[in-house]
Amino acid sequence: MAINLSNSNVATRENRIGSITGYVGTLKDLASQSECGTLKGCSRCFSQSSTCLSTCGLGQLSAIRDVAVIHHGPAGCSVAGANAYYMSKVMSKKRGVTSNTVYVGTDMNENDTIFGSTETLRNVILEVNKRYSPKAIFVSSSCATGIIGEDIDSIVDEVKEEVGVPIVAVHCEGFKSRIWATGFDIADHAVLQEIVQPPREGVKTNKINFKNFFESARPEIIEIFKNFDLEPVFLYCNSTVEELSHLSESLATTCICGTLGNYLGNALEEKYNVPYVRSINQCGIKGFETWLREIGKVTGRSDKVEKYIEEQRAIYIPQIEEIKKELTGLTAVLGMGPGYTFEVSRVLDELGIKVVWALAWHYDKKYENGDVPPSMKYLLDNDIDFEASVADQQNYEVMNILNKYKPDMYLSRHPGSTVWAIKNGTPAIYVADEYMIFGYKHTLEFAKTILDAIKNRSFEENLAKRSKLPYTDWWYQQDVDTFLEEAK
Amino acid sequence: MAKLLDKQRYKCALGAMQTVQAIHRALPILHSGPGCAQKLSDTIGSSGYFSPNIFPCTSINEKDVVFGGVKKLNSTIENALKVVDADLYVVLTGCIPEIVGDDSGEVVSRFEDADKPVIYAPTAGFKGNNYKGHEQVVDAIIEQYLKKSDKKQKGLVNIWADVPYQDLFWLGNIRELEKLVEELGLIPNTIFGFNRGIDNINKIPQAEFNLLVSPWVGLGNMKKMEKKLGIPYLHYKTLPIGATETSKFLRAVGKFANVPEGKVEAVIKEHEDYYYYLIERYADLFLENRVINKQFTVVADAQYTLGITKFLVNDLGLIPAKQFVVDDTPKNYRDEIKEEFKQLNYGIEAEVSFETDGYKIHEEIKNHDYHGYPLVLGGYYEKEVTENQKGNFLNISWPVQDKVVLDDFYVGYTGGIRLIEDIYTIAVQRFN
Repeated sequence: MAINLSNSNVATRENRIGSITGYVGTLKDLASQSECGTLKGCSRCFSQSSTCLSTCGLGQLSAIRDVAVIHHGPAGCSVAGANAYYMSKVMSKKRGVTSNTVYVGTDMNENDTIFGSTETLRNVILEVNKRYSPKAIFVSSSCATGIIGEDIDSIVDEVKEEVGVPIVAVHCEGFKSRIWATGFDIADHAVLQEIVQPPREGVKTNKINFKNFFESARPEIIEIFKNFDLEPVFLYCNSTVEELSHLSESLATTCICGTLGNYLGNALEEKYNVPYVRSINQCGIKGFETWLREIGKVTGRSDKVEKYIEEQRAIYIPQIEEIKKELTGLTAVLGMGPGYTFEVSRVLDELGIKVVWALAWHYDKKYENGDVPPSMKYLLDNDIDFEASVADQQNYEVMNILNKYKPDMYLSRHPGSTVWAIKNGTPAIYVADEYMIFGYKHTLEFAKTILDAIKNRSFEENLAKRSKLPYTDWWYQQDVDTFLEEAK
Repeated sequence: MAKLLDKQRYKCALGAMQTVQAIHRALPILHSGPGCAQKLSDTIGSSGYFSPNIFPCTSINEKDVVFGGVKKLNSTIENALKVVDADLYVVLTGCIPEIVGDDSGEVVSRFEDADKPVIYAPTAGFKGNNYKGHEQVVDAIIEQYLKKSDKKQKGLVNIWADVPYQDLFWLGNIRELEKLVEELGLIPNTIFGFNRGIDNINKIPQAEFNLLVSPWVGLGNMKKMEKKLGIPYLHYKTLPIGATETSKFLRAVGKFANVPEGKVEAVIKEHEDYYYYLIERYADLFLENRVINKQFTVVADAQYTLGITKFLVNDLGLIPAKQFVVDDTPKNYRDEIKEEFKQLNYGIEAEVSFETDGYKIHEEIKNHDYHGYPLVLGGYYEKEVTENQKGNFLNISWPVQDKVVLDDFYVGYTGGIRLIEDIYTIAVQRFN
């Protein structure tokens, strides 16, 4: 890819890497169509609500310590500030640090949509800077400010000198993309534009950039990486602006989720020659080993990595094999972002569980470097195929599938999705924590969690028996692709 | 005009999707960007018959911004009627269609003959906050669905209170208000919560009067119903919490509804006897703990700031420090609400500030002399500032992170006891 850090706008995933949100077929068909370039996503003439890219974009940025996010728009857009405040307090407390990150809105009203409110925005930026002395300031647009053409770039330029800290315009109009993961790219772009500095001369480091969400496995990964003489720098939750300014000096960049880390990883590689570790992710046995080996290769530490793998295999593989006996033959439907769907499908296969249908909330035809995503490639190379669809959390489609296939379990990663499965009577496993299937240890725990979920279905049964589902019989008789239309 | 919204306490008008969500089997259909529903939902307590992630939504994209989204709105409504089983479909418009000029009302009017009612409320985010959005939804029901009734049901009273979901205790409160009104021999009718839905909406025109329990939210709706449906209303400004205020409330409702005084007083006596049985047993805790001081601050919307201030002063004998109303109360209501803060026992008057800037509120809390540990009842934002002052904090207003409420309530005699339990549960966890 060619990243352009001189412009504050990032092209959407749809436009940049041909990502889609509408498809029904099989994994193999999806892959072969993407490879030969014939894949065209469909749109829907009926859809249910999903997620705003600003939630992802500004959620990432507001996780950085001691920064200010200024969300220029009506109060509904900046309502995310309440959660950002909570997250910043609890996450920093958990880590034993402090954060004074603020996320404010501008409460734009009807007059502002007619006359504009850039002057107010300027005053808000200066006042926030005075109140909190943030280490960096992110000024975001919204649908409303975007449409009326508020020029946030100019305001940011004008106050730059006066605020004296990195300040950057972040374009988060929710209508731009149906793929909320575009928000991750927008956040990365902002960080790359104004915070990341060129490497300092003569600085030697053993640091490796680790892009993740909420760093729950931080202490554990620090310990693992000590074996390889590597020091992980976790992004962006609890990051400091100072840490981020030196991302260009690290030995490599890796991430827990390809969808999350792809833009930053590729950009650091392209601009500063920091290698981006491209492999299947750390979920499951094969994933963990492949990833570790790739890190070993990229950082010149293969011997140490092999030694670690050997030790750990001896501890965990027999235990995983044991529990696999109880899981073999179970069936699953899963719905997750594409950074997880095809990774978790691989792990389920490793555990002997048959995936009957996999939904990805979107699908990136290619990654920034032009390759088919590694997790897809792995499944194809290993001749694993199943029915698959791409749907931006369209719950009515999920319910249609669950009703038809009646799997032993439904696995999902997004809030509000698992409840629907259990109301259908299907046990659900909420794979919320990005480290839930990380490495040998958590793969074992994951397998045990599945077993627990399958073993006691009381809650699902109790609720399913007493609740009426909101979808009509008519809908359950339709094909899942009923509302898909050829993209024009 | 735009302003600095630091530590914001409300959502935008489209947040009224939660008002619709609170009506059993009523479904919001959003003509908005794809993520508005998720942003405006609360992460817990939203997985009911409908949940925000299944609200039909036009998920406006760049093309719709340029060419308009009416076609998509039409197909979304048409298919929502086929796919989702609801009794009432409420189309809510977000910022984009209202800026680009989609005629959403016209699209909705195409469904006049649908099997189920489809109505429409303009709730663009820039039109106001979710308190206003709530009123817009109720207005839409009155204007587009309800018809005047010649038939009145004797004793039937519609009860209206503050905004569902924005108010943590909305469900419990409205049920408790129903119970109290019922004890006066009246027949309560409400449209929110379990087993309340389209049938209750249908009954609205037959009521003898509307009872609004709120400082200001919904007053416009009452006037609209008076004009269109000929229903008079009683506007009771204070959310009654605890014995003093609840007894006043019952007397006011009784008088308005011509309930015999003897009956009202009998109801009050029974409640007060039990209430003071409890208070008497726990008076030792109130007097002889070492951490709750006399001075307190409430940071909440008008209903709780007023209701809790009256309760803590008139029932428990505490002294108000400065109180903060954070719901962006329209200016024309503020003077009247301020007057209510002067109606306290012993001529005590509470200073109240209508303030949406959380930074300023925190500065005032830090600078006030509470003569000891402050007691602060507010949003989650007040937790840290209170703890830094070694004070006692209770999370009673949005945003809420410190409390899970399924159907608990603060209204009425029992609600007062619940609030006392919550405050002193915090207190007993520490010693000086």
